[in-house]
Amino acid sequence: MSVLVSSIINGDNIEFACEPDETLLDALRDRVGMTGVKEGCGTGDCGACSITLDGALVCSCLVLGAEAEGRSIETVEGMSDGNVLHPLQQKFLEHAALQCGICTPGFLIAAKSLLEKNNDPTEEEVRYALAGNLCRCTGYDKIVRAVLDAAKQMRKA
Amino acid sequence: MEYLAPEKTADAVKLLAKSKGSVHVLAGGSDLLVRMKGGYVEPDVIIDIKRIKTMQEIKKGATGFSIGAAVSCSKMGEHKALRKAWPGVVEAANLIGSDQIQGRCTIAGNLCNASPAADSVPALIAAKAVAVIKGPKGTRRVAVEDIATAPGKTCLKKGEVVEYIQLPKRAAKMADAYLRFTPRTEMDIAVVSAAVNLTLGPRGVITHARVALGAVAPTAVLVPEATKILKGGKLDDAKLEALAEICNAACRPIDDKRGTIQFRTHVAGVLAKRAARLAYTRAGGKL
Repeated sequence: MSVLVSSIINGDNIEFACEPDETLLDALRDRVGMTGVKEGCGTGDCGACSITLDGALVCSCLVLGAEAEGRSIETVEGMSDGNVLHPLQQKFLEHAALQCGICTPGFLIAAKSLLEKNNDPTEEEVRYALAGNLCRCTGYDKIVRAVLDAAKQMRKA
Repeated sequence: MEYLAPEKTADAVKLLAKSKGSVHVLAGGSDLLVRMKGGYVEPDVIIDIKRIKTMQEIKKGATGFSIGAAVSCSKMGEHKALRKAWPGVVEAANLIGSDQIQGRCTIAGNLCNASPAADSVPALIAAKAVAVIKGPKGTRRVAVEDIATAPGKTCLKKGEVVEYIQLPKRAAKMADAYLRFTPRTEMDIAVVSAAVNLTLGPRGVITHARVALGAVAPTAVLVPEATKILKGGKLDDAKLEALAEICNAACRPIDDKRGTIQFRTHVAGVLAKRAARLAYTRAGGKL
């Protein structure tokens, strides 16, 4: 029997029905249409499905859809302000911090979560904070540089 | 499968006791959901404990800190007073997985998953932590070292759930430390680990000590002989060498691609010495 769940997703009240053993990752992609949330490993190792759940950075593959009842969810779809990209998104483009792009939404969400807690991280802090996100094409240097540059810009704003 | 999210511990116990088939408690889910994905478990009932308010709390009382079974490890890391009182327990809890995993995983889950390599468990054993278990027959308090009975197996009976982990009261000149060996800096599982918890008296004399090792036996182990070695006198080279030897002797590790028996046994002693030095300095002792 499916479960009816109502959550706040990127600021909107959204209801969806999912199976009790369905992950939040699958529910977001298949029931809500939030396909920015990617499945890499499905076991919490790669971070491609990163979202925030009531403000906490989590892998949506390790959360059941049913657990999201009444919770607030943020995905990459909610990052830009209309057509204006979030500084992190803009800097990822400028630094060419992506190739295939599968890992990018997860990196963006994890980086945003870091910068909300620490607006002036060191390179080492960025690398630790993004240790739960894997990229198999670009490597990490451009991603780390993009995050540091976005942090710098956001401190000025 | 049925998903249930009770709001009271008593209700969780009732549901656990009456549910039939494969019944699982869901705390952070960072082990359970992985096992479900891999097809290793097919739960008939999942009982999510995260809606139980008392299980979401870190409380400081007359008997010390209590950490609810649903408290995420990141919440432990954000708790200043807990970090100050139990730096070793918190650093161990914060070594589990990535920031994403930290946002979900719990020490009660780490304990009940019963992995010999669980990061928080040696630190909890060294801390003399107690798991407070609620069940159909009431409450029982079990020393954390007695929870895991074998890899993946615990002493919890049908209907029982850990409600919180109790850490003893802290005073000045007490400190703990946890260290592990992993080939990678982050996102890895301990090949060997060691936790040391010390209490110092006047002039840096050790008045109490507890040492535990991880990933060197079917469960994390307390090394009771280490207490006798460390107690009385300052932490000097003779004590450290004796500590390493007794830790080596306590190891019954497996031999696998991540570490040989010889390597794990040797490193257990090395890490115990380093953790002892760290705990000693943190407690205000001078090396």
